[in-house]
Amino acid sequence: MSTAAVIPHTTTEPWVLPARGIVGMACLITAESAIFIIFIVAYLYYLGKSITGPTPSILEIPIFTSICLFSSSATVHFAVSALHAGRRAATSLWLAATVLLGGIFLGGTAHEWYQLIYRDGLTIRTNLFGTTFYSLVGLHASHVIVGLIMLSLTLIFSLTGHLTEKHTGRLEVLSLYWHFVDAVWVVVFTVVYLLGR
Amino acid sequence: MATQATPNLSQPAGSEHTAPRRIWVEVLHDWVTTVDHKKIGLMYIGYALVFLVIAGFEALLMRVQLSLPNNHFVSPQVFNQLFTMHGTTMVFFVGMPILFGFGNYLIPLMIGARDMAFPRLNAFSFWISAFGGLLLYFSYLGASGLSGAGSAPDVGWWAYAPLTARAFSPGHSTDYWTLAILLSGIGTIGTAVNIVATTICMRCPGMKLNRMPLLVWLYLVMSCLVFVTISPLTAAQIMLMLDRYLGSHFFDTQAGGSAVLWMHFFWIFGHPEVYVLVLPAFGFANEIIPVFSRKAIFGYPAMVAASVGIGFISLSVWAHHMFTVGMTSGANTFFTLATMAISVPTGIKIFNWLATLWGGKIHFTASMMFAIGFLFQFLIAGLTGIMLSVAPFDWQLGGSYFVVAHFHYVLVGAILFMLFSAFYYWFPKMSGRMLSEKLGKWHFWLFLIGFHVTFDLMHIPGLEGMPRRIYTYEADRGWMMWNMAISCGAVIQTVATLLFVYNMIWSYFKGPVAGPDPWDAWTLEWSTTSPPPQYNFAETPTVESRRPLWDLKHPLDPDSHYE
Amino acid sequence: MHQVWFSLPAQSLSGNGSGSTSIFAPAGSPAHSIFDLSMLVLAICTAIFLTVGGLLLYVLVRYRHRANDANAAQEPPQIYGSTQIELSWTVIPILIVVMLFLATARIIFATQDHPRPADALDVTVIGHQFWWEYRYPQLGIVTANELHVPVSDPHHPTPTYLTMSSADTDHSFWVPRLAGKTDLIPNRINTMWIDPQSAGLYLGQCAQYCGTQHAKMLLRVYADSPADFAAWVASQQRPAVEDPSVAAGLAVFQHNACISCHTVAGTVATGRFGPDLTHLASRDTIASGSVPNTPANLRAFVQDPANFKPGALMPPMHLNDHDLDAVTAYLMSLK
Repeated sequence: MSTAAVIPHTTTEPWVLPARGIVGMACLITAESAIFIIFIVAYLYYLGKSITGPTPSILEIPIFTSICLFSSSATVHFAVSALHAGRRAATSLWLAATVLLGGIFLGGTAHEWYQLIYRDGLTIRTNLFGTTFYSLVGLHASHVIVGLIMLSLTLIFSLTGHLTEKHTGRLEVLSLYWHFVDAVWVVVFTVVYLLGR
Repeated sequence: MATQATPNLSQPAGSEHTAPRRIWVEVLHDWVTTVDHKKIGLMYIGYALVFLVIAGFEALLMRVQLSLPNNHFVSPQVFNQLFTMHGTTMVFFVGMPILFGFGNYLIPLMIGARDMAFPRLNAFSFWISAFGGLLLYFSYLGASGLSGAGSAPDVGWWAYAPLTARAFSPGHSTDYWTLAILLSGIGTIGTAVNIVATTICMRCPGMKLNRMPLLVWLYLVMSCLVFVTISPLTAAQIMLMLDRYLGSHFFDTQAGGSAVLWMHFFWIFGHPEVYVLVLPAFGFANEIIPVFSRKAIFGYPAMVAASVGIGFISLSVWAHHMFTVGMTSGANTFFTLATMAISVPTGIKIFNWLATLWGGKIHFTASMMFAIGFLFQFLIAGLTGIMLSVAPFDWQLGGSYFVVAHFHYVLVGAILFMLFSAFYYWFPKMSGRMLSEKLGKWHFWLFLIGFHVTFDLMHIPGLEGMPRRIYTYEADRGWMMWNMAISCGAVIQTVATLLFVYNMIWSYFKGPVAGPDPWDAWTLEWSTTSPPPQYNFAETPTVESRRPLWDLKHPLDPDSHYE
Repeated sequence: MHQVWFSLPAQSLSGNGSGSTSIFAPAGSPAHSIFDLSMLVLAICTAIFLTVGGLLLYVLVRYRHRANDANAAQEPPQIYGSTQIELSWTVIPILIVVMLFLATARIIFATQDHPRPADALDVTVIGHQFWWEYRYPQLGIVTANELHVPVSDPHHPTPTYLTMSSADTDHSFWVPRLAGKTDLIPNRINTMWIDPQSAGLYLGQCAQYCGTQHAKMLLRVYADSPADFAAWVASQQRPAVEDPSVAAGLAVFQHNACISCHTVAGTVATGRFGPDLTHLASRDTIASGSVPNTPANLRAFVQDPANFKPGALMPPMHLNDHDLDAVTAYLMSLK
């Protein structure tokens, strides 16, 4: 026991473990989902409990921008496939499309908020609807912003030729995050614009 | 303490430098910029120990105040700050970091890995958590300026709305509390991501999931729990910040907001948090009890299943903290059942430890004595937990000193005892020196006596109607004798803890050299030197069973034949 | 003081002391049913503790390592598990849990969904930082800090139903000898009922941290015999005493900020932020049960409430001695 024991090497079956990037992102997504669930619960709990001020009926369904966001899931997927196949120009193109679609969504949210604030007089302080609406949609929008920053950086790397096939795994992790942002929007869209209105 | 604990646990500084100032700067630079899981683990532990001393001192001040009725040792404002800071510190800046410290140190070593999956995320998580702790204590200086007596948060560690609203908590003390917890939450989630990714992606060849040491399993379950418990807390803290800074109305009862919603959000975090803290302690017990009984753990698959089961059930019991808020009889019944149900997997664990001891050869080292103390006290804590799960009983006992006694039985009697046990067990691995067994046994007996004087007696004022969080009490209630005794117990515990600190410092310099495997143990961390080199293992190990070193020591009768 | 020191543990637990708030000295039906249930739970838990703790002790002694054994250096036989044994210690706890659960569920429903007799007394309890407001809607009485209810004869129960809410932060109403606690939460209505079965004073205090002076938010429930209760009601329903000999004090009261927070029925004082003072002198205590209601205490309290309750929301009134004496005399006249 005076020297460290050496575990002898034995030949075993091939030892393959999942990629840590994917696992890490899956964990992060789980944690983020829990945060969103709490905000959604708060939204549903306070639905119809506002004492004064505008109600969810003033909302307009953002169909076009939602379609843009949902299709950006497809484009980021194509970007990953293109990078995997080594087609770098296609990668840049698909990434640019993703950034554009995400940007349109964000612009749509900005326009919606502008209308709500200046036309309908709804701010986060107005009532419980304002409180829960802005915080839930804003939480999602902040995730879109983070995703767009990451995607834009990737696009820059791609355009300057720094993004190569060996980065496929990393781009896949980023695309996972973006899929998550889209999936959250499915839920938020359903809760806020379909059920809650 | 801050300057003692960290270098005390560190490796000796390189001797090739002669100018002492330069060494000091280099050592500091080395520690601040490190991404090595062992150093980060030690920093987590050192930082938690500093806060343990601070929060323990706060407890002592409270006990002085409560030792006599209508005492004027501290003002009500100061007392309210003391219990808020004591609770917040112990949960977020002692319990979590010390357990993450051990996890950080041990998990890669136990699964034969070079480091954690994301070393830089690891360093980030540590520093952001550490910053959260400093921010919390900065409130003593910053919240209302240096001019006043300082204004630490005084809303209690669960900070029920609307006490946290601007109307009832002006100034910035609550903001410090919220921000500190937000930051520590981010660090916690980061480290939990790291632990899960490490256990899933970094295991050495042959280390299948069903061969992982139980400690690693427990940390895996604990980290998964963190995702679904710390996140709701983070979300609720964001809402609170929105309320306080942007004027939203989540918890603003004047504008139709709900105080009960905060309670739900808080306890969805708060109860599983208890399991986040206790699961690693189970993990320590799963490693230490077998080694000192000289037997394999009894019922490994059942232990894993029970841990996962506890994780799942713990998500459905939160509202047993809310039996008195006026839920319907149906809801009260449901949460009673869910809470009682958790005693089944917990019971399985206790019985399996019992069966591990059965037929063994039990060595009463200081580490094992603390582990046995843990077994007895966890049994009692579980039983008082069953009493509190009985909703009508809880209508009487909830919010009383009985509850305070109950959860201190869990946090001190179970978790802290198991942490002390872990210190005696792994200190040799971390420092290369044994802790003094003689001092260790003094520490054990003194702490045991102090613990039981304090926390056994603390149940009684609760039964006699003494609510928690009162800075003083009436003389005619008959609580004085108990409170005086409880305070005396606290002093004994303090002495024992100081003895432990002394033991660590003394043993670090003068303790017997440990060697790689002082306990004749079986898991991978004992197959490398003490302390392990930066790269952990000269060669990536390969394992064929749950106890690779047992296989090595008993080549004719290896574990792999039985699994 | 000395009494406290010498009270024996058993005595204080059984609740024979004057200030007892022990849950083991029940004096009302909810407290009684909880007491019975708690005895069952305690018995089961004690049995489990003795069994498991005894086994643990046995194992520690029986299987301790003996250094002078012949085969001390040898490892004991390795046992990895046993499905049957593990199954048995899964099933037995499940059975115990089911039994405990059924016993508990019965009491939960019996207490919470208890049918309300038609002639029950209603009291609205409103928690304030750091005092209790009591309103009797059927009787038109408003009072503070000292709750009077009729004794309930077990054969013909006259329970009191409490409708509870809070004006500010969370509070909790806990009189251990009468019932378990129920929280008072702003923007929410909770209910509970009590039925003290013998006349007397039952103590308790706020059990949910509500701010600086949470500790001195004491509860006093007076269970009065039917005759006493009727007399108390009659006295509380009378308008405030108008005694010309304390007119100077009344003037001080009305010309200071007192009236913006306090009510004295029949005067210009209609504030609702502080306790109703219409019959202040009829109460035994002031400052939410903190100190006996004597002229000296009242004077000290009006001078600066922090004398008894630092952190109380009432500001120090900064009156000169003359005014202080006058207003104290006036308040003491409000029988």
